[in-house]
Amino acid sequence: MTDEQQPRKSGLRLLLDAGRPRATRAQVIGGLLCGLLGFALVTQVHSATGLGFTTARQSDLVDILDSLSARSDQLRAQIAAEQASLAKLTGGTDQTEAALEEAQQRVATLQILAGTAAATGPGIDLQITDPQHQVAADDLLEALEELRDAGAEAIQITGSAAAATTGTTTGAGTSASAGPASGGAAPTAAPGASGHVVRLVANSYFVDAPDRSGIVVDGVLLAPPYDIVAIGDPHTMSTAMGIPGGVLDTLTAKGARGTVITHDAVQVTALHQVTAPQYARPAPAASSAG
Amino acid sequence: MIAAIALAVGVVLGVILHPTVPVGLQPYLPIAVVAALDAVFGAIRAILDGIFDDKVFVVSFIANVLVAALIVFLGDQLGVGSQLSTAVVVVLGIRIFSNAAAIRRHLFRA
Repeated sequence: MTDEQQPRKSGLRLLLDAGRPRATRAQVIGGLLCGLLGFALVTQVHSATGLGFTTARQSDLVDILDSLSARSDQLRAQIAAEQASLAKLTGGTDQTEAALEEAQQRVATLQILAGTAAATGPGIDLQITDPQHQVAADDLLEALEELRDAGAEAIQITGSAAAATTGTTTGAGTSASAGPASGGAAPTAAPGASGHVVRLVANSYFVDAPDRSGIVVDGVLLAPPYDIVAIGDPHTMSTAMGIPGGVLDTLTAKGARGTVITHDAVQVTALHQVTAPQYARPAPAASSAG
Repeated sequence: MIAAIALAVGVVLGVILHPTVPVGLQPYLPIAVVAALDAVFGAIRAILDGIFDDKVFVVSFIANVLVAALIVFLGDQLGVGSQLSTAVVVVLGIRIFSNAAAIRRHLFRA
């Protein structure tokens, strides 16, 4: 019993007894070692929490370097792939924009050709006075052909509203709505200011009015004086009008008078109503042409 | 008591001086510290068992540190330094745990 009880009771007491300061050499050396331990402990903790790689072994460092370079290669490949796809995407956008721009330019060109858009540019103003109503549809058609031959790109014709004899053509409604214009308009009537304006396009036609009061152009009855505005090279067109035996000579021979005025900028404002073709369809091969 | 005070003084000195570990000592210092800790725990257990001897403590402390450092050095020369230091830490950790368990039984009887 006593043997058993003694170590039990003296658990802490033993520690305290052992810790009691004694100036033996072993005690001092033990203290020194403990101090060294504390010092080393703190130093190691400091260096371990400080720089991570300074305490690492060479093989560990090589492993870390290997994995880092592998990772960096991987990331570099990823960057290259992303840049390629980026270039592809931006290139695609550029192409789309270019195609859109080209399509819009084509739309503008075709609109001017088809007469569905107003146009402006250098051109001439051919004014025809015909007091005796001798100018026929053939004469205006010849003038139009000459203008086209000379490179006119957009043409419109203005005529006075017929005095009273409307209703023979399909243009009766429009001529009535426009109201009676001043019959003997000045030869320099501005386009569209008085009378009717017709844009001349590929399928325009000229027909003599039955009572010779004027000329029906695309279903609109026009009475003299006529005013044809054409956009194109002014010099070429005015020369084409004035060649011997040409448009102006023909008009003069009929008792009418044609005057050509060149302008730096003329306006073709009349629009042509385009109707969808009833029979014609784009041919498969022709749709890609252009 | 002297040992506890010396330990505290060492910690304070380390904090104040903030020394940098020499490059040559860097692989050995952590192992040496663990080995020294093992020696200290062993000493406390010996005190509680009533078989503590100053000389034994000093010798075992120094021997522990030296052997641990030697093992790590050998491992480094053989190319298995990291594995061997891990092994040393594991073994010393087990010893520290068993010593701590013995100390606990002495102090708390549980």
